[in-house]
Amino acid sequence: MNQAAAATFTLPAGSIDHRGVGWWGLLCAIASEGALFGYLLFAYYYYAAELGNNWISGPMPSFRLALPNTIILLASSATVWSAERAMKRDQRKASLLWLSGTLVLGIVFVIVQLLEWKSKSFSPSTSSYGSLYFTLTGFHMAHVAAGLIGIVLAIIWCARNYFDSRRHVPLLIVSGYWHFVDAVWLSVFFTIYVSPRLWS
Amino acid sequence: MSLIETSAIGPATPAQVRTVEEIWKEEPGLWGFLTSVDHKDIGKRYIVTAFAFLALGGIEAAVMRAQLARPDQHLLSPEQYDQLFSMHGMTMIFLYAMPILSGFSNFLFPLLLGARDMAFPRVNAMSYWVFLASGIFMYAGFAIGAAPNDGWFNYVPYSEKAFNPGLNMDFYALGMIFLGISTTIGALNFIVTFLRLRAPGMAINRVPVMIWGTLTASVANLLVIPAVSLAFFLLWTDRQFGTHFYDVSAGGQPLLWQHLFWMFGHPWVYAIVLPAMGMVSDGLPMFCRRTLVGYEAVVLSTIATMVLGFGVWVHHMFATGLPAMAMSFFSSASIIITVPSAVAIFAWIATIWTGRPVRTTAFLFFASTIVLFVIGGVSGFMTGSVPVDWQLTDTYFVVAHLHYVLIGINLFPVCGGLYFWFPKITGRLLDERLGRWNFWTMFLGFNIAFLPMHLTGLLGMPRRIYTFPADMGWDTLNLITTLGAYLFAIGVALTFVNVFLSLRRGRAAGPNPWNASTLEWSVSSPPPPYNFAVIPIVQSRHPLWEDELGNGVARSTLDSGLYLDAGRETIATSMLDGEPDLILKMPDDSISPFVLTLAMSVFFFALLLRSWWLAGLAAAAMLVTLIAWLWPRRKLEQRVDGVRA
Repeated sequence: MNQAAAATFTLPAGSIDHRGVGWWGLLCAIASEGALFGYLLFAYYYYAAELGNNWISGPMPSFRLALPNTIILLASSATVWSAERAMKRDQRKASLLWLSGTLVLGIVFVIVQLLEWKSKSFSPSTSSYGSLYFTLTGFHMAHVAAGLIGIVLAIIWCARNYFDSRRHVPLLIVSGYWHFVDAVWLSVFFTIYVSPRLWS
Repeated sequence: MSLIETSAIGPATPAQVRTVEEIWKEEPGLWGFLTSVDHKDIGKRYIVTAFAFLALGGIEAAVMRAQLARPDQHLLSPEQYDQLFSMHGMTMIFLYAMPILSGFSNFLFPLLLGARDMAFPRVNAMSYWVFLASGIFMYAGFAIGAAPNDGWFNYVPYSEKAFNPGLNMDFYALGMIFLGISTTIGALNFIVTFLRLRAPGMAINRVPVMIWGTLTASVANLLVIPAVSLAFFLLWTDRQFGTHFYDVSAGGQPLLWQHLFWMFGHPWVYAIVLPAMGMVSDGLPMFCRRTLVGYEAVVLSTIATMVLGFGVWVHHMFATGLPAMAMSFFSSASIIITVPSAVAIFAWIATIWTGRPVRTTAFLFFASTIVLFVIGGVSGFMTGSVPVDWQLTDTYFVVAHLHYVLIGINLFPVCGGLYFWFPKITGRLLDERLGRWNFWTMFLGFNIAFLPMHLTGLLGMPRRIYTFPADMGWDTLNLITTLGAYLFAIGVALTFVNVFLSLRRGRAAGPNPWNASTLEWSVSSPPPPYNFAVIPIVQSRHPLWEDELGNGVARSTLDSGLYLDAGRETIATSMLDGEPDLILKMPDDSISPFVLTLAMSVFFFALLLRSWWLAGLAAAAMLVTLIAWLWPRRKLEQRVDGVRA
């Protein structure tokens, strides 16, 4: 670029693939929200280390609902990835179908999680464990809800033919956020359901 | 997919300049004010608002110093005194120190980087409005006598409902969560702007140090703001919904508050000094007529300081009975961190030593930072050692230390930055004669107030007591501190006087009154709405000094480069070496940020008053505004036409 005055650039304009600033904004938002869950998990392990295993209210958290629900959420990551891939191949109808599948799986996750909440013998005001259990899973549910609003918007936008194989950054952002929500769930799942078994 | 062929052009013709002017200028009147997304407007608003909070915090301090001027005074009740020192700390640390730097960085980022705006102009506008709204929110508590009263770090259990039943803590908790939104989205904007919006050719080793300071501070903020927001959220649910996060009787842990708060708090301390140190690193050399000594070392040590800054939070908690192992670790980290933070000091001294100093007011402010930083650094180094800390914690020694750090490495560089960049911001120079008075009253007043305070602390006077008995040996020292504080306040007031006088009567500045070296001085003062008619192409760290520096430095081209005029546009470049890779479509002015902030304000007031239906309504309004904001637009090339099957 030393002969800049004579240079000609051929550049795409607007929101294109991962070069659009929106994608970079998402990465920063994910870093910040990831940190938020980091602090929540820090709080969990801090209590656990200070108070030992008796800290847990009620029986040992059961895999009965949580494990299938985890698989459902992971499947939704796969469907949203497929939606993205279909769009990159200009298969818009397929993309729409995969997005709808993601929406259904996400809603099932929420319903199962609500059942899990209902089955608990303690409430947020019973003990510090109850407070943290509901806050941690509640923060995650709030993120799932935000992700689902994003999925609904992506469905509307796809249905209105806003995107094609090159221009679909909003779809990338929604799907990137959804993957993040799923990844966070894995750490929440490990912390609440697996970690107490490791030191009991 | 539209690929646009963009050629570099020579100097823009007057017609081309008019075209971009037309595209970028904002509407006049109130509507223009509320909808503007111009980073220069937003930067100025940040600066003015932060200085207003500085004045408020200063008045609070002045009242406290009147109370402490003599022993056994009862000008203030203990409760009033508690609210004053809490508001003073909260105001200065959260509503002045960071926002003032955001103001300068907002104004300067695109100008220093050769871009036409920040990466997310509407997010930028929103970060300002939310800052303003959250500041008003927290001061609303003060206005009705329900301000925070537990110090700015607000330890539990005293801030729990059982001991603090009023609205005081709810104002503080919700206000801090509210403010955290502003800081987080602001940080995100600085990071993406740094990564993607540098002018073509501006590789990362060519950006000014101030940009590095703001970048590292922003990365830290992005990662640590959630800690304090979470801490306050848990406190609020403890108070309002009977959770037991900090309540020992039901398995809660009061020390969790201190961990979460200081995991945020200590990196925050570095976040509010690193950009200001960057101002010194960029400004001081201009008045030494040479480039900064050791640019690479200063940049790397800036980053190293921030990284180490994540690992020192426990030094605020040495007196809480933690295991010796933890204290040793955090004590050594706190002592090691002095090494990278001292690198800049030596670079500045070497720059003055080997340069030809021009003793302007800006130079005096920048150079005085060195003195104050050394004093504040040494007292910090002392309290980084566990036994010394045990002796001195919660005494006035710590108060002296933190004021040397925050005033010495934030306010003094900021005043230097004000004298340095005021001509760029307003087109007029600040008065130099008044500037000398301004500097010397501030410098003397500050040291008269706070140097003896070290001794007050060594003599055992605890901080945060509303009065003290006469026979403790603290009387004279406190009187000196009060007199010094008033002299210092006069000095700060002189800054404002100089600004008001110079705005009207100051000498016209021209584009580059200091003959400085970086891109912002290549455009008119104040800069035009589009910043650069053609995007410059940068080939060195000092584009305006390439002739003087000579010796084969590649030449930047400032008056010819890429010209973009299909709506608001700027260039995105690759992350490391600044190769152009995209034309960014920038949004027009928008009311969404303001509306969203209004809805959020209603939301937080509704939470405060436990009016859940109103909170729900406000949340719905927020959601609708956000969807409208994010809806993909054809004009921004976020979508393709929706007609194909």
